[in-house]
Amino acid sequence: MAATRTLPKLDADNRAFWTGGAEGQLRLMRCQDCKTFIHPPRPVCRKCLSENVKPEAVAGTGVVYSYTINYQKWSPTMEVPFVIARVAIDGAPGVLLTTNIVDCPVDSVDIGDKVRVKFLQQDDVFIPLFEKIN
Amino acid sequence: MSANEAYISGVGQSEIGTRLTRSPLLLTLDAVREALDEAGLTIGQIDGVSTYPGRIPAYLGFSPVGADELIDALGIRATWYAGGGEISSQLGAVVAAAAAVRAGQARHVICFRTVYEAAALARPDEYPRPQRDRVDGSSQWFAPFNAISAVTWTAQYAMLHVKRYGLKREQLAQIALTARAHSALNPRALVREPLTMDEYMSARMISSPLCLYDCDRFTDASTVVIVSAGDALDEVKCTPIRIAAMAGTVERHSWDQADELACYPTGADLWKRTDYKPADVDTAQLYDGFSFQALAWIEALGFCELGEGGRFIEGGKRIALDGELPLNTFGGQIGAGRLHGFGFAHEAVVQLRGKGGARQIPGDPRVAVSTSGGGPLATALLLARD
Repeated sequence: MAATRTLPKLDADNRAFWTGGAEGQLRLMRCQDCKTFIHPPRPVCRKCLSENVKPEAVAGTGVVYSYTINYQKWSPTMEVPFVIARVAIDGAPGVLLTTNIVDCPVDSVDIGDKVRVKFLQQDDVFIPLFEKIN
Repeated sequence: MSANEAYISGVGQSEIGTRLTRSPLLLTLDAVREALDEAGLTIGQIDGVSTYPGRIPAYLGFSPVGADELIDALGIRATWYAGGGEISSQLGAVVAAAAAVRAGQARHVICFRTVYEAAALARPDEYPRPQRDRVDGSSQWFAPFNAISAVTWTAQYAMLHVKRYGLKREQLAQIALTARAHSALNPRALVREPLTMDEYMSARMISSPLCLYDCDRFTDASTVVIVSAGDALDEVKCTPIRIAAMAGTVERHSWDQADELACYPTGADLWKRTDYKPADVDTAQLYDGFSFQALAWIEALGFCELGEGGRFIEGGKRIALDGELPLNTFGGQIGAGRLHGFGFAHEAVVQLRGKGGARQIPGDPRVAVSTSGGGPLATALLLARD
């Protein structure tokens, strides 16, 4: 993995997601009326158009929905190979987070693996990476 | 000919190369000239322009020429024009033009896509890549995880096929092998050497399960398709090709929140808009920026069931020039170069007019499908020679 990662520009919609890790929390936007999780976070529910939305902490576990092992160095400083995955978040139906599965051999990851969030802080951003639960 | 339908008249293409020094505007002019010649039209008869994604000043290699510049540079009096990226992928520009001529807004519309990605890589001072301190919009959900290229997003859809339906690399290989067999017969193609199964199987991985040969290559080129109104065909000298149906559906505009690629609902919607059936299609020109996208389009367009694409193309006979569904007969983007969507419409017209030369499919092809796009982007055009 590259020593430094490209970071998101923080704004009113995404700040809770990208800084929740400061309190060890994975926070997803949720409609308070119909209870749908809204990801990417926006100030309106895509199911019922309610503006009554706010970030909520979820358990921070999930299941590998799909993955790829990336071998290509997209920049000179990037360390390869590494795993990119989409993780289905427990308790948040329909939400799939693109992330990295870390701290395990790259060929040990499979669809259906149970994983847990592990935040990586860089500047003011807490990047939600995931590790396998044994 | 039906007055209220849209047709493709002339098609044209510049040379396809890498590190070209001819400017992107002049490459576009080359493609325009060829298309005008075929149609027997003059630039004075052109009254519309449509392109994707428009000029992108921050990333000129990706899109160096827009509608604004082309209109002014070629002295076009435009009664309708459009250029932008927020449409259903590259061939969405043809969909827009077809809608415009059917609505009487224009008679002959130049639709074009010019790419200069290889030259830009070679001359970064002249054509810099975008430099970003921090990212926003959809990029923020991928860049922090080094999921920078669309290959890493597409690979995860391919991996689902591997695990859900048993797709094998030896099966997927047929998209690339077929593309390279066909590009060897296309004098303009970027890559003219065939690819063997051994070379494919031993190629380095880019993003599993996709290897080097599953990816298209940066190219410098321009492709033009002229869309003409049904009541303007008396001005056209070439055989008009009718746009029999078009579709561009998205259910979840996201590369990672969707369960399936947008080609699936798009393919289903295409057949709701025509009496033709998949069995009527004589050749398929399907987007292969990455090989798996073409396989997904085969399923999405109903040539086989969902999940059966790997078995459908296994061995490659079915999608060869003399097969039941000749695929990407110009070499696709994997063989001919990354023309970015427009090559598929161009080739469908070439084949329907019987002008494919060494790569011409046998028989008397009358119906072709061409597509563009991957992820949440998908456009399908059904083309017919009446």
